[in-house]
Amino acid sequence: MIRTPLRPLARILEARQKGENPDAIVRENLRIRHEQMRDRARNRAEGRLLVLGVMFFCAFSVIGVRMGVLANSEPSEPRAQVAGASIIAQRADIVDRRGRILATNMDTYSLYAHPQQMIDREKAIKELVRIFPELNEDRLRKDFSGPRKFLWVRKKLSPEQKQEVHDIGEPGLLFGPREMRLYPNGHLAAHVLGGSGFGREGVHSAEVVGTAGIEKFFDEELRNPAREGAALELSIDLTIQAAMERVLDGGMRLMNAKGAAAVLMDVHTGEVIAISSLPDFDPNDRPANPTKGSPSDSPLFNRAVQGVYELGSTFKIFAASQAMELGLVTPDTVIDTSPPFKIGGFKISEFNGKNYGVQTVEGIMVHSSNRGTGKIALAIGPQRQQEFLESLGFFKPTGLEIVEAAGGKPLLPKKWTDLSTVTISYGHGLSASPLHLAAGYAAIANGGHTVTPTLLKQSRPQLGPRVMSEATAASARVMLRKVVTEGTASFGDVPGYSVGGKTGTADKPKENGGGYYKDKVIATFATMFPTTDPKYVLILTLDEPSENSGDKPRRTAGWTAVPVAAELIGRVAPLLGLRPEVEPLQQAPIVLSRN
Amino acid sequence: MTEMVYGTVSVRDSEPVLPKWWRTVDKWSLSCILMLFGIGILLGLAASPPLAERNNLDPFYYVQRQAFFGGLALTAMFLTSLASPVMVRRLAVIGFLIAFVALAMLPFLGTDFGKGAIRWYSLGFASVQPSEFLKPGFVVVAAWMMAASQEINGPPGKLWSFALAVAIVLMLAMQPDFGQACLVLFGWGVMYFVAGAPILLLMGMAGLVVFGGSIAYEHSEHFARRIDGFLSPEIDPNTQMGYATNAIQEGGFFGVGVGEGQVKWSLPDAHTDFIIAVAAEEYGLVLVLCILAIYAAIVVRSLIRLMRERDPFIRLAGTGLACMFGVQAMINMGVAVRLLPAKGMTLPFISYGGSSLIAGGIAVGMLLAFTRVRPQGEIGDILRGRTR
Repeated sequence: MIRTPLRPLARILEARQKGENPDAIVRENLRIRHEQMRDRARNRAEGRLLVLGVMFFCAFSVIGVRMGVLANSEPSEPRAQVAGASIIAQRADIVDRRGRILATNMDTYSLYAHPQQMIDREKAIKELVRIFPELNEDRLRKDFSGPRKFLWVRKKLSPEQKQEVHDIGEPGLLFGPREMRLYPNGHLAAHVLGGSGFGREGVHSAEVVGTAGIEKFFDEELRNPAREGAALELSIDLTIQAAMERVLDGGMRLMNAKGAAAVLMDVHTGEVIAISSLPDFDPNDRPANPTKGSPSDSPLFNRAVQGVYELGSTFKIFAASQAMELGLVTPDTVIDTSPPFKIGGFKISEFNGKNYGVQTVEGIMVHSSNRGTGKIALAIGPQRQQEFLESLGFFKPTGLEIVEAAGGKPLLPKKWTDLSTVTISYGHGLSASPLHLAAGYAAIANGGHTVTPTLLKQSRPQLGPRVMSEATAASARVMLRKVVTEGTASFGDVPGYSVGGKTGTADKPKENGGGYYKDKVIATFATMFPTTDPKYVLILTLDEPSENSGDKPRRTAGWTAVPVAAELIGRVAPLLGLRPEVEPLQQAPIVLSRN
Repeated sequence: MTEMVYGTVSVRDSEPVLPKWWRTVDKWSLSCILMLFGIGILLGLAASPPLAERNNLDPFYYVQRQAFFGGLALTAMFLTSLASPVMVRRLAVIGFLIAFVALAMLPFLGTDFGKGAIRWYSLGFASVQPSEFLKPGFVVVAAWMMAASQEINGPPGKLWSFALAVAIVLMLAMQPDFGQACLVLFGWGVMYFVAGAPILLLMGMAGLVVFGGSIAYEHSEHFARRIDGFLSPEIDPNTQMGYATNAIQEGGFFGVGVGEGQVKWSLPDAHTDFIIAVAAEEYGLVLVLCILAIYAAIVVRSLIRLMRERDPFIRLAGTGLACMFGVQAMINMGVAVRLLPAKGMTLPFISYGGSSLIAGGIAVGMLLAFTRVRPQGEIGDILRGRTR
């Protein structure tokens, strides 16, 4: 292409020479330039218009293809189910130590309403109230006639309820798939399992989250998809748990107690085989947290873990063990337990004002002498006593794998005086949970090692640091056995299982402070069996028991907690696989007779 | 001849108006538009009875109105397409000025019909949305300015038209009506592109959009959530989008049958923004693809015809009108298939709506006028290689 110059000077000069008008040449030149410019613009526009056309064609094709893909895909029926809508994978099951299911999931449906789509509201309300008697008719009417476009009616439906709602035939009532947590054993191990509720909720699914107990403690873990549904194995044995709850419930009624708790622990691993607190609840339908009254009276309250009580004379064995360990006494050391024994201006007395006179350490345990134990404790001193009790775990929460365990914080004296030393030696002035006591007794039972209570199944012994020698532990066990055979826990002997243990009856402190109730006690029996080679520790506590078969109510542990514990051991020991050591029957003496 | 030369007798075009129109008009596009109008009536029969029932009117009240306005629109289209490009330009500029003033007065005189955005003038029997009429007018005015800027010693028309576009976009955004604002901006952009936007600027803008988008996605959680939510396959089945998707799926290839569709009962905008969902459900993919093909045919055909256009004004104005028409259809259908985020945009000629129908008719009439066959210096093209 030849460039056209802005002003064709040569031609202009030539025209001037010829006397022609040069303006025409300039105009002509301008016209040519303009035409060239337009041609260029036109060529460029041609290309760009082609690009535009192709782009439009492509865009329309994409929409067409997308339409085709959509039309070719299956319509989602029912509409509430959309692929990939589930919020989480399944929550892992919880099983007992033998693989039996404690908690699992079930597919169910939730019921929600689109009031604006309803055809016959009145009929729907009537029918819903018939199917779910707990719904309030007026409330429903108000909700359905308001401006709301969406509301939940029920979070979970049984298949029968779903069918009934379906049969109403109301298009404004819709179902959303739900996964619900099911506890097939009902009340069993309720406090361990806790319960679960719904977290984030959508129409198509809802998150199941633990609200209490081990469900909440291991919530993240149970929901972790990386588990791939592997069940959480607990140390609980369903059979033992069932037996324990049965016996405990009977015992609680028989002894007129308002509450009861029991812990059965493997002494070598710290595994809690069964743990129960009564009254209890159904985790499938966990009651709401109490808003009035004492929280410790609610069925949700876990007396075995959360409840901290002065556990009374059951503590005496710790003073005796420590004194023996320190070499201060031997089981045969003689101590005068006669009054007076005053400490810090405070007179220490015995149960019912008795006087046991001069006793060996063993005798002090068998008779449960406060003064005797107090004198032993004084010899140990506050410092060493604190260290020993701390090493047994009495200074902090047990750390059991349920969220409530953090609430079971022992109550310690603000200032650990000599008087505290004496009273704590017989179980007053320090409050701990039955589970704490179980861990303490396990140390004596397993030969001197601490254990950490756990709800998870262990495959091998989990012994902590040694706190007393084998010999001390053995001596302590002999004393505990004698308490049963000769002392306060004589109802506790179960033939063949060589039960040893210590009773404890502690007056309940008044809630508002200021002294103790005269007629309300916490009766505890801390026991291990068989004492020859202890395998299990059982702590059984009754709250405000009263045995009324005699002239006046008897409240001591020996009359209340001990018989219940004996019944329990008699039931569960065979289930635990322990063989009774049957003493051979006395052979009829052979008499030589001769006539 | 002498009389003619001296102007005592007006020069007559040798050819009568109507035969010339018929000879030069793009008959393919014309028949496509008539088909769209027919489909609009057909789908109106399906989609509008629920609305009529809600408003306690005769079931086919809205179909009758659609037919009436459609007739007006077709008449407007026919008359507009008869005019010469220069006449179209004059009328469009006048129309644009009126619409512009009307748009500016909207905040004081307009009504919102309880929908939250003041976009309409209520005329009693019908309502008028000035922005619908403004769009084709703006395209013509902007094309005129840009074409003028291509003249030697012409005005800076590209800048002026951009300023005008920004002013209109701001006014629309204040209503707020972001859909129309985007459309106006898009129309201007397309014309600017064809009028010779520098490639560097285009690439820079594309880069800026990508860069800004990724920055926003990285740093703005709100923005990221919007995008993620739009990209995710999960939709709430109780939203408009959910119903529309479900309707398309229900319809499959051949539809559930005439009058059997359910979606029109659930969607409040079934007769306007989501009419394609009604079409998909009742008539299936077949009709939807037909509609798509018709829109594509109109746009692509117009663009191809404009490729050979010599006159820059006609070229630009035609491009703007065709692209705006096509993009509006594309956005509407793209929303229904969830390729685009939800945006209220009517489907030209098919959706119900008086002023959008008539404005659409005028716009398409202009497009037809611009794409009529004219001598384009074909001989010059053929000889171009040899001359100059």
